[in-house]
Amino acid sequence: MLKLKNIHTFYGPIEALKGVDIEIRQGEIVCIIGNNGAGKSTTLMTISGILKPRSGTIDFAEERITGVPPYRIVRMGISQVPEGRRIFPKLTVKENLEMGAFPIRGDKKASLEFVYNLFPVLKDRHMQLGGTLSGGEQQMLAIGRALMSRPKLLLLDEPSLGLAPIIASKIFKTIREINREGVTVLLVEQNARAAMKLSGRGYVLENGRVALEGTSEDLLSDEQVRKAYLGE
Amino acid sequence: MDMYKENNHDNPPAHPFSKGGMRGFLKPLIVALWLSLLFLPFKGIKAAIVFFVIASAILVSAVFLSGYQNKFALAIKTLRVTVQESGLFSRKQIFVLRYACLLSLFVMPLFARDYFLDVAILVGIYVILALGLNVVVGFTGLLNLGFVAFYALGAYSYALLNTRFGLGFWTALPFSVGLSAIAGFLLAFPALRLRGDYLAIVTLGFGEITRLILNNWDSLTMGPNGISGISAPRIFSLSLGKLSYFYYLVLFFVLITFFITKRVYSSKIGRAWVAIREDEIASSIMGINTTMYKLYAFAFGAFWAGLAGAIFAGKMQFVSPESFTFMESVLILCMVIIGGLGSIPGVILGAFILVLLPEMLREIQLYRMLALGAGLVLLMVFRPQGLFGGRGVSFRS
Repeated sequence: MLKLKNIHTFYGPIEALKGVDIEIRQGEIVCIIGNNGAGKSTTLMTISGILKPRSGTIDFAEERITGVPPYRIVRMGISQVPEGRRIFPKLTVKENLEMGAFPIRGDKKASLEFVYNLFPVLKDRHMQLGGTLSGGEQQMLAIGRALMSRPKLLLLDEPSLGLAPIIASKIFKTIREINREGVTVLLVEQNARAAMKLSGRGYVLENGRVALEGTSEDLLSDEQVRKAYLGE
Repeated sequence: MDMYKENNHDNPPAHPFSKGGMRGFLKPLIVALWLSLLFLPFKGIKAAIVFFVIASAILVSAVFLSGYQNKFALAIKTLRVTVQESGLFSRKQIFVLRYACLLSLFVMPLFARDYFLDVAILVGIYVILALGLNVVVGFTGLLNLGFVAFYALGAYSYALLNTRFGLGFWTALPFSVGLSAIAGFLLAFPALRLRGDYLAIVTLGFGEITRLILNNWDSLTMGPNGISGISAPRIFSLSLGKLSYFYYLVLFFVLITFFITKRVYSSKIGRAWVAIREDEIASSIMGINTTMYKLYAFAFGAFWAGLAGAIFAGKMQFVSPESFTFMESVLILCMVIIGGLGSIPGVILGAFILVLLPEMLREIQLYRMLALGAGLVLLMVFRPQGLFGGRGVSFRS
């Protein structure tokens, strides 16, 4: 479904991704783990089109999307929940969700209903300003907002960041639920254990390169992964 | 309504003297000291000290009485709500009140002296300008310091079309307005690659370039002498040169500007502008073509500046580069900021204040710019989000 081939992305002179190959198949949950600065968020931003890779190709559903502007990529069915949530603090919850459906013409009620079912708390607070929500609710809002465009592929950047463990596990549960609805998920996480429990396959990024890849079980039992990312 | 209530979470009405003790006094005292220092060179040390005492007494007591800025802010912000909820006026009565105000605008020329009409026309032109700039700065969050260039283009294009080709106001208007909008588009095209301060500098440069071209292209614009003999707008055979007629023309355009900017603000385009202002990266991830919408904002804002320019030329029947200096851009920007970035009623109020205040302070000639400046600083100290800064702008990025 999504195929990154030898992606090199730069921030000015700094090479953040040094040839990344990632492949995601329809219906999967795939996770990317790695330390700070390994290039996880950069990978997602490159997929979304916010960053342009200097070389390499990205294909999504048989189409080349390298260099395609971000608003078109959203229309093609890739939606991202950015790191740090980035909700619109001065817009209400409902307005935030409507922004998520920006490229959609016509009826948004069905999508809104879908999100409200997933996160009933958002329905209760639909008139509240986004900035006044708690961290967990903001994360739910960010995920809900990304789902409003009815994506085929959902990119999640550290959804558990700064959340209490109990809220984080709730979020992870919802991600599985979203996946069951037929949305393919690419998950970036610091919380490697939780991420790999959720996903079928994983990639380990180190210094802008894929250091390891495999099924989550393999990764979880890998000596190096256990040492470096699971704290054992 | 709910929106206002939710906002109160942001400013819990804490009394400044309840915590921190003396610290509540500090701000007004510093402000008073600063004000008196301003007056020092004009009136000598004695007067400055007296002024300091009076100013600090007024400011401290004002702060004490109002429970510091939170309550003051709340009072203004929820004025509409409280008036409605107090039961003093029913919804119907407010409706009536609003139209009574509007009606008074319509009947004003029957009673007012020419001087008032003159000022009112000026206010109207600035309201259009400020509403236009508000689209760019307030809604979309792009600092434009060269807004006056579009105003100048509108004015000069009408002036030239009228004096050279004999086109009337209504025939020339689409050209003036269109030219300004296209100029806005063209300026935005390269400029939007830049962000924040850099964009501001480029727009400032554009404003200056436009003025300098007008000043130096003698064969076309008559340089600093300006273009005179522009004819006043007319409707059929009726010339609108008479002040009261012109007043209605301006009022008509102000109302159009008001309703259209309001409609566009609450449309999908307006929502996209606000989203871009709030978080540009999030907006593009949401599927908003941010570059395109920023272009729209620039062109849409410039459109109104062009309209105001054409009206201005029709009013003065004379244009010269002097009317389109950088200070003019700053003045319009001040109107937008005083009223509250992004708030349409606020921006209108800002235009009223900044045109009327210098007029009212004419009595004290020498000091009026000083007083105006001091007033601006006071406002920014005590109410940085502007008078009507409701949902306001979050300054990040």
